[in-house]
Amino acid sequence: MSVFNQSRSNIIRLIFLGLFLIMILQLFNLQVISDNYRELAMNNAVFRKVVYPNRGIIFDRKGKAILNNTIMYDLVVTPYEVKNIDTQSLCSSLQIDTTEFRKRMLEARFKNGPYRPSIFEDLLTPEMHARLDENIWKFPGFALVERPVRVYPFNAAAHIMGYVGEADSGIIKKSKSFYQLGDYVGRSGLEAFYEPVLMGQRGIKNLIKDNKNRLVGSYEKGKYDTAAIAGRNLQTYIDIELQQLAEKLMTNKVGAVVAIDPKTGGIIAMASGPTYNPNDLTGPNKQKNYGKLVLDVTGPLLNRAIQGLYEPGSTFKPLGALVALDEGVITPSYGVGCAGAYYGCARPVKCEHKNPGHAANLRLSIANSCNSYYSQIYRMTVDNPKLGGTKKGYEHWKEYLNAFGLGQRIALDIPGSDKGSVPDTSVYNKVYRGSWNSCTNLTLGIGQDMMQSTPLQLANAMCIIANKGYYYAPHFVEKIENETKSDTLLSNFRVKHEVLTQISDEAYEAVISGMQDVVERGTARAAMVPGINICAKTGTAEKYRIIDRRRIKLKNNSMFVCFAPRENPRIAMAVVVENSGFGSTWAAPIASLMIEKYLNDTLRAERLKEVDRISSASLVPGYFTRLQYIEDSTRAQRWFKITNDSIYLKKFFQRGRVESPKDEPDPSEKKKRRVPHDNAMLQERYYSRKRLNQLQS
Amino acid sequence: MSQRNPAISKGIDWVLIWLYVALVTIGIISIFSVTYREGENLIDGFFKMKADYGKQLLYFFICVIMGLFILLTDSKFFTATANIWYAFGIFLLLLVFPFHTEVKGTNSIIRFGGFQLQPAELCKLFVNLALAKYLSRVETDFTKTRSQLIAAGIVLLPAVITIAQSETGLALVFFSFFLVMFREGLPPGYLVIGFSLAVLVVATLLVEKYTLAAVLSGIVLIAIYLMRRQIRRRRSVLVRILSIWAICVGVQLFFVPFLFTKVLQKHQVERIFSLIGRENPYAQLNTVEGEEPTTKKVNSSDYNVRQSKIAIGSGGVVGRGFLKGTQTRFDFVPEQRTDFIFCTIGEGFGFVGSTIFLGLYLFMLLRIVNIAERQRSVFSRCYAYGVASVLFFHIMINVCMTIGLAPVIGIPLPFVSYGGTSLITFSVMLFILIRLDADRQMVLR
Repeated sequence: MSVFNQSRSNIIRLIFLGLFLIMILQLFNLQVISDNYRELAMNNAVFRKVVYPNRGIIFDRKGKAILNNTIMYDLVVTPYEVKNIDTQSLCSSLQIDTTEFRKRMLEARFKNGPYRPSIFEDLLTPEMHARLDENIWKFPGFALVERPVRVYPFNAAAHIMGYVGEADSGIIKKSKSFYQLGDYVGRSGLEAFYEPVLMGQRGIKNLIKDNKNRLVGSYEKGKYDTAAIAGRNLQTYIDIELQQLAEKLMTNKVGAVVAIDPKTGGIIAMASGPTYNPNDLTGPNKQKNYGKLVLDVTGPLLNRAIQGLYEPGSTFKPLGALVALDEGVITPSYGVGCAGAYYGCARPVKCEHKNPGHAANLRLSIANSCNSYYSQIYRMTVDNPKLGGTKKGYEHWKEYLNAFGLGQRIALDIPGSDKGSVPDTSVYNKVYRGSWNSCTNLTLGIGQDMMQSTPLQLANAMCIIANKGYYYAPHFVEKIENETKSDTLLSNFRVKHEVLTQISDEAYEAVISGMQDVVERGTARAAMVPGINICAKTGTAEKYRIIDRRRIKLKNNSMFVCFAPRENPRIAMAVVVENSGFGSTWAAPIASLMIEKYLNDTLRAERLKEVDRISSASLVPGYFTRLQYIEDSTRAQRWFKITNDSIYLKKFFQRGRVESPKDEPDPSEKKKRRVPHDNAMLQERYYSRKRLNQLQS
Repeated sequence: MSQRNPAISKGIDWVLIWLYVALVTIGIISIFSVTYREGENLIDGFFKMKADYGKQLLYFFICVIMGLFILLTDSKFFTATANIWYAFGIFLLLLVFPFHTEVKGTNSIIRFGGFQLQPAELCKLFVNLALAKYLSRVETDFTKTRSQLIAAGIVLLPAVITIAQSETGLALVFFSFFLVMFREGLPPGYLVIGFSLAVLVVATLLVEKYTLAAVLSGIVLIAIYLMRRQIRRRRSVLVRILSIWAICVGVQLFFVPFLFTKVLQKHQVERIFSLIGRENPYAQLNTVEGEEPTTKKVNSSDYNVRQSKIAIGSGGVVGRGFLKGTQTRFDFVPEQRTDFIFCTIGEGFGFVGSTIFLGLYLFMLLRIVNIAERQRSVFSRCYAYGVASVLFFHIMINVCMTIGLAPVIGIPLPFVSYGGTSLITFSVMLFILIRLDADRQMVLR
């Protein structure tokens, strides 16, 4: 036996041991210390298929579904399974040509690879689906896949409901990747605000995929799958028939109607004209229709009820009166002698009436809508010596307006509402370089100047008057199905805001009596409904617009605010019809029809004729034609520059120029051209600069 | 059967046999867990040789029968025929050049009929026999440089031929025989030099070459400064230091680039660099013909290692369970029946399972070393060490490659990986060892 070099056997043993130890240490490192490999392996092999639940349904106050779910079909293709198919026949069913077919096949291959299905044509029309459903076995690799889609049985309430669209990168980032690319998410309206409630809970199906990304079965027999929970339904305050009526009345008109239940803040109807059919944005042609709507300069996608900014005009007067009464500068019996204009400042403010005694007291001044009276009391309120100076007085006055919800964003359960504007002293300081007084912005007292508000804000202000000082933030949704404590979406809307309860009941009564007189013997006799005591105020706000570098006076905006019945207010409304004349001509009849329909639940036979008369009247201002022409032709020019294809320009050469609109003064107005306020230009410049800044930021 | 025949079973090391059976069984189960699909007919799979696990079972039966024959053979047969086998092996290797078939980018396979043979694989056995034979000769004095050179020649000849067949991985295996020579008295200096060279090569890969040259020169200058007394006494010290410096810098500046551009194939170089996470700087200069790196070259070899690490890592402490591993069940790891079979064990049975599995191997290796040390004849001892070294090298490279410690060199895991040639070669090697060990009291020459 050799003992030679025997000690080396131990060295060899040590080498073996040492290297095995290194391997075990590395194994320990991989398997015990690092914890991300399990996840990597799961990502490799398990495809977490998201199962989408049905979205919740939205009901009106009588339990009718304003929107509902239906099934449409997508045609999907798995490229590698497509073999020996009759391409021609498939193309003819889909009404595409073979080049398009090849292009889409390539796209599918590129998007999801050859082994995974991708969408070939989405949302098939019923005819296409019927044709394909019978023959789908002829096309291996193609399949029809269900997709839930929203439908709107009443073809109404588009702006309120909003729409559902694919989540974009911004939403994904904001949701911290809760949403993924391709997920559907509420993009506007109630769909967006109540997204967490409506969407329900997504389910997860764990499917096994192999190294070529083919799905080969369910993982662990569905042990880790979660079921999808359907979205919860919403019960709203909307009266869908009233909503339909409102939309009918607003056809071919630019403006908005808002009706709120003052007791709850529940919005009964909200229409904006022009509007669109919500079903246009769900079906197979949604892309095309959406494109059309976006390019329309009349802005059918714009919800003017919450985004349109209007000078309140005379509809502001009841508020002005309440402020003056509460400040103690006037009493209900205070009166002014008006002879057709207010001469307290250098420039007279015209009044529609000049018969003596039309503003002998507060009640009469509201009923007759006396401009002198409200110019006077505005100045008295702001220049009140006990407040110490006009600027301080103005700040105080503005606080009242903010309490009424003007110039301030009020909570609402659809996104996008504008806060309007009641400028503060710094704005006036900037515009007038510090030197201004109550004469400078005198027309604030009659709801003009730089005051702007949305129809929703005006309707909400009516609620405050109807309720004598309090309001609930306007909202559509009354309750969420199976509401629990953790649903906080509505809690904001159930808080009573007692903003102006300090104003005495006598003051409210005086103003409300004046408003009742408006309907019974004042400017809005057209709005009278027998058996219902309506309290209202008309408004006629002047409108200017710069088109083709010329400042044009447009027809006045017809405004109307009201609530009814006086004894137990159940509905408060604001109606704006742009560029249509006096408040009493169009806005008041619309409101009165709405009130009658809502409170009596039906319309008298002769009133139906009135509905037809109003709905068939086309009041879309003429300047939109010119604006559309400018928009279209500049866009054509841009396309021409990009593509160098003169086809874009051709039709504009053929049709010729659309004439620039002329001034459209109200026919009832006196012949003599009124000189616009000197400071109107200044103000407009300020606003356009402000809008520019907003755009830039 | 062997129980009934006391002549065969006498002196047989049963521990080794059971270890062998255990490992082959683990192998078949692992191959089963990779290739079996739910709903397949098990009986068909196993006994009608349709599936890979059935085929591996067949190879195992062949091995057992060959093992029985080996155990029935006289030990002297192996000493007597060792050199003939070696010559036969070299002949087969050379035969590859005119008769090779192109299979998966290697030129090392001869195919006749439906059967393919990789002579380089078999040569491990023959070289082991021949080396043992040479070292055990009475006239061999292993302290002499001449004997050492001859022994090295025996080992390196087939290695060189294998490299010429572009099977660098298999060629490297032959270097494991230096462990045997070390046991038999090769001065440790050689191993130290070999190891230093390895360190130098790795350093060359990691450090920019002129920086490394400067660092080496710096070290030499410091050494000269520290040893200035000795140098003043004896000039030869300086010469020695300077020649070491020259060799180091030569290796680093000229030899490594030469190796990477003229000897190794592109994809092999690629793998080495992917291991250390670098781009291959020699890609443009490489003129060796051979398998081009695939078009997705950035990640092709990287992909294997990554998926294999994910598989092993996802096993966790106790594993995901038999047939539950998603990485191996759904073909995410390439070559997982053969070279990456260890992933299956790592994923299915976790750290505990892998450690036990490696423990079996370690136990087997140490057992073989013990067996080697109890031999009376030098031949048996050398042969046993040879078996241990080859097994050790295979296990180490294979496992290290799956856990990302070694470059991807396509060599199988002994007894476990799918493949007839490899299983039969290792089995025969092991059975010869058992046969020799049964006659451990004899002195074989």
